[in-house]
Amino acid sequence: MKIHEYQSKMMFSRYGIPIPNGRVASTASEARQIAEELGVRVVVKAQVLVGERGKAGGIRLARTPKEAEELASIILGMEIKGLPVRKVLIDEAISINKEIYLSITNDRDACQPVMIASEAGGIDIEEVATRMPEKIIKVFIDPLLGLHDYQARDIATSIDLPHVYWRSFSAIARGLWRAFWENDATLAEINPLVVTQDQKLVALDGKVILDDNALFRHPDQVEMRDQDVDTPTETTARKYDLSYIKLNGEIGCIVNGAGLAMATMDIIKLFGGEPANFLDIGGGASADKVAAAFRLIVADTNVKAVLVNIFGGITRCDEVARGILSALPEIKTTIPLVVRLTGTNAEEGLHLLADAQMITAETLVEAAQKATAAVKGGMV
Amino acid sequence: MSILVNKSTRLLVQGITGHEGLFHTAQMIEYGTNVVAGVTPGKGGDWFLAGKVPIFDTVRVAVEATGANTSVIFVPARHAADAIFEAAEVGIPLIFCITEGVPVQEMMQVRAFLGQRSTRLIGPNCPGALTPEEAKIGIIPGNIAMPGNIGIVSRSGTLTYEILYTLTRAGKGTSTCVGIGGDPVSGSTFIDILGLFEADPHTEQVVLIGEIGGSEEERAADFIDREMTKPVVAFIAGQTAPVGKRMGHAGAIIETSSGLAGAKIKALQAAGVRIAHHPEEIPDLLVR
Repeated sequence: MKIHEYQSKMMFSRYGIPIPNGRVASTASEARQIAEELGVRVVVKAQVLVGERGKAGGIRLARTPKEAEELASIILGMEIKGLPVRKVLIDEAISINKEIYLSITNDRDACQPVMIASEAGGIDIEEVATRMPEKIIKVFIDPLLGLHDYQARDIATSIDLPHVYWRSFSAIARGLWRAFWENDATLAEINPLVVTQDQKLVALDGKVILDDNALFRHPDQVEMRDQDVDTPTETTARKYDLSYIKLNGEIGCIVNGAGLAMATMDIIKLFGGEPANFLDIGGGASADKVAAAFRLIVADTNVKAVLVNIFGGITRCDEVARGILSALPEIKTTIPLVVRLTGTNAEEGLHLLADAQMITAETLVEAAQKATAAVKGGMV
Repeated sequence: MSILVNKSTRLLVQGITGHEGLFHTAQMIEYGTNVVAGVTPGKGGDWFLAGKVPIFDTVRVAVEATGANTSVIFVPARHAADAIFEAAEVGIPLIFCITEGVPVQEMMQVRAFLGQRSTRLIGPNCPGALTPEEAKIGIIPGNIAMPGNIGIVSRSGTLTYEILYTLTRAGKGTSTCVGIGGDPVSGSTFIDILGLFEADPHTEQVVLIGEIGGSEEERAADFIDREMTKPVVAFIAGQTAPVGKRMGHAGAIIETSSGLAGAKIKALQAAGVRIAHHPEEIPDLLVR
């Protein structure tokens, strides 16, 4: 789960990392008020969970409170990469001498957190990795021991940070480690960490991603979820504990298991169709859950056919069939439905569906071919 | 012959009285798995299935009393890492964690802890392992497999069953089927299991089922190229998955420049692995 820049920076600040003076605003007049309070030039920053906000015009400098209000008004009306800007961060403008990159993330291969630093801050780290890989410093952190002070010094040396900044840099590195670890983050990034003209280190931007699997031990984090990132359908799906991701095709998929759901999407594509979604109803899904999944899929107006692919293990195929049947009267859809049930209670399931005018298939290939043909309006 | 799981498995079930634990323990026993003990803190002294399996309060007591040599974990996510630590501390050589949703930080700590011990962990978020007609550990349906000489290793659950069943219908039997799980940080990797299959005299070829996210498949390709003599067929799920979205499994996500299905397929092909376009192609790609 991604959280906003202002939320990330507030988190950093709680761990002693210096951030610019500033506050978040939801209206242009609030923005003006904050700029007046700050009494200096400010930066108006769109709070949306996408990259390259600056390039999209979502980050602007304002010399006066009036200008801050005007810019906030423009930015609050913007959509960046499809997401509406609902809040702007009003930060004091800072004179910059140098930009550094500093982050912690999990290295999947090493099975350890890794602190990444670069003297080439302020640009996307992936770009640095491609263009000047020698400028990226990595230090692995033992998950049982945490970050050692010497590791912070190692990084300071490697990025040529003058001695005068070492004490504050170590404090920031330690603070970032604690913020990362104590909040179950999978990414805590400061880009840029700036050296100001008055020789201070300040986290100018912040980005944090939290581990969804650990939300149970951070009840406060749940409130930070930005619903705009997910489509309304994805939000509804979460309520039913369905794993759903919208895609742009026309064949809706209802599958049990994430791997099989991906394989089903792939095979649809292989036979000339386009999947409309990823949907995993999970293990042992009840009829209610299947009905909810079915409603979600047909609510997508792009969907021209639905493919149900169930491999009965814990999930019982008759239960899935009951779910589909219970949702049918209410949905009254004319969309062709291709059903493939295999495994536990498949016979019973198919028997239940026999009267419901569905297209059935024995194998995954056959199901994909029939769904694709149904979309093209061909004979099935 | 087989790997990891066989007739000499003496299984301990952690979380035996929970919803999942109850159901699957009954299934494992029905399949013929030798389930010797269960652990549920606070329920020590009870019996499972009318006197068949004794339940203990702790793993230590259970192992002392029954000589369990393998553990399977069905406890809820928030207690799963604790259950792994407990089993590893007692020295159980092989642990399967079926539980989905374990925080990644806990898994990194588990890995660091296990690194100093000889315990092997499979999972979490995995379906377990099955050696047809010998034993099954976890949740793989037993009736879809038959004995043979094909080893299966997978990051997935139901997709594994699909492929296992496809092989069975094609008359091709399995030595052992192992699900290593769909999390970003797991106890065992493709390489660990491929190494076991390479060493197992009864396994003649291997089916590898991968998916988007991370670089496990690329590392497996490197291992196959350097260390394996047995032929490998692979299927990679998620070729149509969008960038930046987590596809159900915590580990199944394409980050900006890594984790793409295409790169994995290319790496495997370069190592001489035959790639199936879809699961039903796999039987035809196997060596006859």
